[in-house]
Amino acid sequence: MSDTFQLDGADVTFKPGQTVMQAALAAGHYVPHLCYHPEFKPHGSCKLCTVKINGRTAASCTMPAEAGLQVESNIEELNALRRTLVQMLFAEGNHFCPSCEKSGNCVLQALGYDLEVHTAGFRHLYPDRPVDASHPDILLDFNRCVLCELCVRASSEVDGKNVFALSGRGINKHLIVNSRSGLLVDTDIALTDKAMEVCPVGVILKKRVGFSVPIGARRYDQRPISAQALDDAPRSPDASGSCAVCEGSS
Amino acid sequence: MTGSIKNLETAAHPENLRRVAIEPVSRVEGHGKVTLLLDENDRVHQVRLHIVEFRGFEKFIQGRPYWEAPVMVQRLCGICPVSHHIAASKAMDMIVGATLTPTAEKVRRLMHYGQILQSHALHFFHLSAPDLLFGFDSDMAKRNIAGIAAAYPEIAKQGVLMRKYGQEVIRVTAGKRIHGTGSIPGGVNKNVGLSERDYLLKDIEQMVTWSKDAVGIARKLFEQNLDLYNNFGTFKSHTLNLVRADGALDLYHGGLRARDMDGKTLLDHYDYSHYWDVIFEDVKPWSYMKFPFLRSLGPETGWYRVGPLSRVTQCDFIPTPLAEQARKGFLAFNGGSATGATLGIHWARMIEMLHAAELIRDLLHDTDLQGTELVNIGERQERGVGVIEAPRGTLIHHYKVDEHDQIIRCNLIVSTTHNNQAMNEAIRQVARQFLDGHKLTEGLLNHIEVAIRAFDPCLSCATHALGKMPLEVELLDSEGSMVSTITRSADGVFS
Repeated sequence: MSDTFQLDGADVTFKPGQTVMQAALAAGHYVPHLCYHPEFKPHGSCKLCTVKINGRTAASCTMPAEAGLQVESNIEELNALRRTLVQMLFAEGNHFCPSCEKSGNCVLQALGYDLEVHTAGFRHLYPDRPVDASHPDILLDFNRCVLCELCVRASSEVDGKNVFALSGRGINKHLIVNSRSGLLVDTDIALTDKAMEVCPVGVILKKRVGFSVPIGARRYDQRPISAQALDDAPRSPDASGSCAVCEGSS
Repeated sequence: MTGSIKNLETAAHPENLRRVAIEPVSRVEGHGKVTLLLDENDRVHQVRLHIVEFRGFEKFIQGRPYWEAPVMVQRLCGICPVSHHIAASKAMDMIVGATLTPTAEKVRRLMHYGQILQSHALHFFHLSAPDLLFGFDSDMAKRNIAGIAAAYPEIAKQGVLMRKYGQEVIRVTAGKRIHGTGSIPGGVNKNVGLSERDYLLKDIEQMVTWSKDAVGIARKLFEQNLDLYNNFGTFKSHTLNLVRADGALDLYHGGLRARDMDGKTLLDHYDYSHYWDVIFEDVKPWSYMKFPFLRSLGPETGWYRVGPLSRVTQCDFIPTPLAEQARKGFLAFNGGSATGATLGIHWARMIEMLHAAELIRDLLHDTDLQGTELVNIGERQERGVGVIEAPRGTLIHHYKVDEHDQIIRCNLIVSTTHNNQAMNEAIRQVARQFLDGHKLTEGLLNHIEVAIRAFDPCLSCATHALGKMPLEVELLDSEGSMVSTITRSADGVFS
């Protein structure tokens, strides 16, 4: 049985068990997001999907949909906060889009464009994060990690391998590899793993294929992420299985 | 000119000379300055061109995956990124053991020729035309591209449209006009579709015609100012450039050819993958830029020049008919006097631009551009060297990659570095010819710029100062105290 809530003045129909994000995307309404992935349980960490519900802020990816909710998302107050969040993510890591092979396919970059992030906003921290190139087929470039935990979740929940984890607290939080040496080569990760598909930025990369997709044919070259994300979203509340985000993210 | 002043690199007794510094010569794409030491009679005892070319790319590329190099290293330059993009790709071809498919090589060549066309057009029409058409010490208010547009609107328009065309060739092949990604280790990531080909074919005949006309302009400049153009900043030097196996001019690939200043061949068809056996880089305490030299001749006399003049005069022929005809005319002009002249570089540059336009025309009719075999990978190697003839001269990229695919060593010798000593010689000649014994004037400053600019170094091509490089001249006494200073701002105002 369906019910409805209001999103930026429009009626959104939902089914029991859906979150505000799931219902919004299924109904064709884009809410900016980074750590949310339709195939995984909501995580609620990036806060980009924050909306106002009946005047109070909440993460739309974790908030259950309820009939009669008044949800505000595409308003300048929230978009300004989202811009600031994206600026902070750029400042915390080493994101050099001009030479990054994920450029054009990167969710963080696409969000930056879509939210019109025109300035750095914060002094860059330039953390020292050496890459892990130990694996013969996979490169880990920690410089670009935004701590979304999608790889952690994919490796654990889908691959059953627990290759990745987060370690440390606060500003020192960082992605690690679960092996005695700490190197990827000493794990059983495989190119076919789900963890290889889900990274929204350029951390987990298949080696030796960078830049093989020409400019113009990359994921976000033709359409902004606000349009692309709607194509990717499952259109039925209980949709599961493969996802266009993953299919096209190489 | 003084017979007593032979080598102006280092004054014999600098202690009581006054120092004049032109700093900066430019603000973008390398920081440059010129320093002069003069005695109380305004006689010149020392002239040095300093270019701070330390960009750090050789260091921070270390640890990065090798396939990133062609995209990252091209950020060295905003005017000729294609040169670095392709040179790095050629080095990475060796790393991945690639033999390029016909489609891959031809798409890359098309990209490179587009780069040659736009870069040469930019330099001649936008940056040098104000000096060449108005005069080196002409009215400063008009000596810029706006002045050219007012006095010679057709020439200004051609310059703009030729540059645009070259940039479009780059966009079609590399994905973007500046800093594209088309060339990858082992090949390219796209071919040229039929609609893209037809789009470029539409204007190519006009480009060939205008390029031919530009060669005519360069020739006419020599004819009208023979003594000045033959002698301005002119000096003898050795040369270095790539040539094709049959001796033809080839801007994309070939073996190294070096000749001494008397025309004797020192190297020919030398495999550039071992360039370090024949070229070494000297370090001087007064400059951040190295001084490459031919090992066989040593650091004192082994320096050489690269670029259009070297290429056009040292190749056996140019394999396109109009450019070859122009080359023959260049060599025959006035008993060959232009072939050794510093300002002859402009003429040679226009011949190369014509050659590039002809090559683009030929390639656009080649169906290999529509081929679908884009990448060919072979046996992995640990060392890769890529050399091309960039608009400004021979460009060397050298990488070592470890078993984890990470770059562990990188050495880049860019064209402007090859020409370091040659540019110093040119401005020393200008100082002897025009400065020695005279008071400083704005015209003198521009004469020095004209000599530097003839080489089209990065420091001039990337400033977009359009003939009004911001300059500051400081006059200091023997104790280093400021006596007087003249500053010229980017908008040409003296203060």
